[in-house]
Amino acid sequence: MDVIVKLFASLAETEGWRQKPCRLSDGATVREAWAVATGRHDMPARVLCAVNLDYRELSTPLQSGDEIAFFPPVTGG
Amino acid sequence: MSILLKDGHFDPYAEVRRFTDMHFPMPGAYGATAMFVGTMRDYNEGSVVRGLTLEHYPGMTERHLEVICGEATQRWSLLAALIVHRIGEVQPGEDIVLVAAWSAHRAEAFDACRFMMEDLKSKAPFWKKERLEAGARWVSYNTAGTTELT
Repeated sequence: MDVIVKLFASLAETEGWRQKPCRLSDGATVREAWAVATGRHDMPARVLCAVNLDYRELSTPLQSGDEIAFFPPVTGG
Repeated sequence: MSILLKDGHFDPYAEVRRFTDMHFPMPGAYGATAMFVGTMRDYNEGSVVRGLTLEHYPGMTERHLEVICGEATQRWSLLAALIVHRIGEVQPGEDIVLVAAWSAHRAEAFDACRFMMEDLKSKAPFWKKERLEAGARWVSYNTAGTTELT
């Protein structure tokens, strides 16, 4: 299945990209989307993730067409 | 309820006036207005800060601000709620965020305003990057929202 992976803020700067399409195996989770998009399994501490604009856990299963986002703790306000 | 993202200077007091006039055309409908305004300092963590860039996640940001307003409105039976937040470039002394709540009595407006601000701080996807005298840095965390010792 095909998904879109987005990174924001310091995470996007560190990784050197902001958005990329990824092809995942059926039944893949958010954690696997990270691994495929970045090419590695380890993840910086305190990274948050969202699927289709809502916060989700790393174990959340994905559907084709999902938008997955990874970002550092939020600092607005 | 209403949420606004502003790319550029805004006057929170004028926003509250405008929103009040729009939502309460008849006098006497509300008894309490609580508002919080967050303003950019020119110092942080021992450094002089020249300015900051507010990055956000388009789509998710608006959605979460609406969720925050909706939760507060329901939980405290608010008559109206408003959140305005800057995006893009911000200069020291400029206002970054406005949260306001209208209710019949003060308790609901006070409590809802505090809740909305704290929820925004911990959940709304904004990120600050500070411009320093030499270089730039991402703000890595938000300070505690209460003065209680934890």
